[in-house]
Amino acid sequence: MKLLEINNIKKTFDDLEVLKDISISVEEGEVVSILGPSGSGKSTLLRCATMLETMDSGTLSYCGESAVTEVDGKSVYAPKVQLKKIQNYFGLVFQNFNLFPHYTVLKNITDAPIHIQKRQKGEVVEEAMSLLEQMGIADKADYYPCQLSGGQQQRVAIARALAMNPKILFFDEPTSALDPELTSEILKVLRFLASEKMTMVIVTHEIDFARNVSDRVIFMDEGYIVEQGKPEDVIDNPENDRVRAFLAKVKG
Amino acid sequence: MKKKPIIAMFLFGLLLIPAVLASCGKIPAASSSGGEGFNWLLNVISQLSSGIWASLMLFAFTIIFSMPLGLLVCFARRSRFKVVELITKFYISIMRGTPLMLQLIVVYYGPYYVFKIPLTPQYRTYAAIIGFALNYAAYFAEIYRSGIEAVPKGQYEAAKVLGYTRAQTFMKIVFPQMVRHVIPPVTNEIITLVKDTSLAFAITYIEMFTIAKQLAAAQSNIMPLFVAGIFYYLFNLIVSFVMGRIEKKMNYYTH
Ligand SMILES: Nc1ncnc2c1ncn2[C@@H]1O[C@H](COP(=O)(O)OP(=O)(O)OP(=O)(O)O)[C@@H](O)[C@H]1O
Ligand SMILES: [Mg+2]
Repeated sequence: MKLLEINNIKKTFDDLEVLKDISISVEEGEVVSILGPSGSGKSTLLRCATMLETMDSGTLSYCGESAVTEVDGKSVYAPKVQLKKIQNYFGLVFQNFNLFPHYTVLKNITDAPIHIQKRQKGEVVEEAMSLLEQMGIADKADYYPCQLSGGQQQRVAIARALAMNPKILFFDEPTSALDPELTSEILKVLRFLASEKMTMVIVTHEIDFARNVSDRVIFMDEGYIVEQGKPEDVIDNPENDRVRAFLAKVKG
Repeated sequence: MKKKPIIAMFLFGLLLIPAVLASCGKIPAASSSGGEGFNWLLNVISQLSSGIWASLMLFAFTIIFSMPLGLLVCFARRSRFKVVELITKFYISIMRGTPLMLQLIVVYYGPYYVFKIPLTPQYRTYAAIIGFALNYAAYFAEIYRSGIEAVPKGQYEAAKVLGYTRAQTFMKIVFPQMVRHVIPPVTNEIITLVKDTSLAFAITYIEMFTIAKQLAAAQSNIMPLFVAGIFYYLFNLIVSFVMGRIEKKMNYYTH
């Protein structure tokens, strides 16, 4: 089943055309990595997909339910009730975590499931604790985010997103704010999630990780997808010159 | 650690009273013996007491009204509607740009001059509270606004992705963080308010400083003003102490 379908998305900031014509669909259980140079529009694409940014034209749907349709070449958003429902289908993990500093780790994770999704408190807390267990930070449940390392904070952020039981999880450079040691912590978590068949779309600069973990790699440049396919093909034998140049630079 | 200097200052403030007393003793007009100096002080304090009460009331009601009103003004200032924003901006600039004394006079005498509504002593009290509340709300609004703007955009985004509504995001995520940011400037404002209550004399609202001035004039002695000064000082020490406690309590997390 297609969990995510984006068609012909376009996004312009003032005069700057950031997304020019992008279509992506993601199947259930698929892990997709998005690579590309800085400024190519990767974050903007994720922000449009998670409705943090409104797209100018193009369509967006989750699990076959339309969030954005197109009328006369312009994006039209579904009614609030519909969007509210669709909101539950996806989660987003930020580069700089964006944990709520005034909530403990546990409350960061449980507040939205309890108060937004109106689920039972006992069940949510139990689930949150087992997520923290999986992340290896069960002992930090009562800590505040400021008392944790960056890697631990990012694991909390991942647990917070997972606690909503999303069908698909987006990551925008989840390791870019971390040093190499902490980066490997987070990549380990992502590998684990991939092995659990969690559907994920990951913007990353970690080429090796993208090759080893993803089912598909998408390469973006200047608002277009310039190449996509199996990681072996895109990363090891890129057809496009710009992809080749980028990879050569990143690999050093 | 923080408590000790406050307590020391409080004691110092209290010590000033016998110091004033002693110096009174040296003023020939005041007395010839220490006991009489003490009686004089009790007398001054008892005469000041109704004024102290009036000052405290003005202070308390100003806080009660201006702090929530400030939040409303802050919302209006941040409104999506340009007209509302502009009107609020104008209101704030008037409140901050003109003397509080003048504002009090306008609130008190305005209804009389414009509508010929007779002035009553009761309205004087209301006018003082209204004038102070309107003025301080403007300052609090700006403080709150800076507190809200100090909350990173990422907090709103994280909340939105988790499905919080705008109202929930404000109540649960932004407001608690804002409160933390604004405690130091709010403390400043409250301390200023304690002293500013003396401006109510402009509409002949009888508060502590008014009485102290009358006593000073009647006795040709500056000491009653000093005693009033000590009361302002002690009261502000209490304010600092309480706000310090609150600030400490809010410091359970850092950014
Ligand atoms: N809110 C905004 N207003 C104006 N311009 C923006 C905005 N957000 C992004 N841009 C611009 O859009 C372009 C693409 O930005 P985007 O963040 O999507 O790139 P990216 O591929 O994620 O880059 P990076 O790898 O550095 O994160 C950049 O030129 C950026 O300056
Ligand atoms: Mg980016």
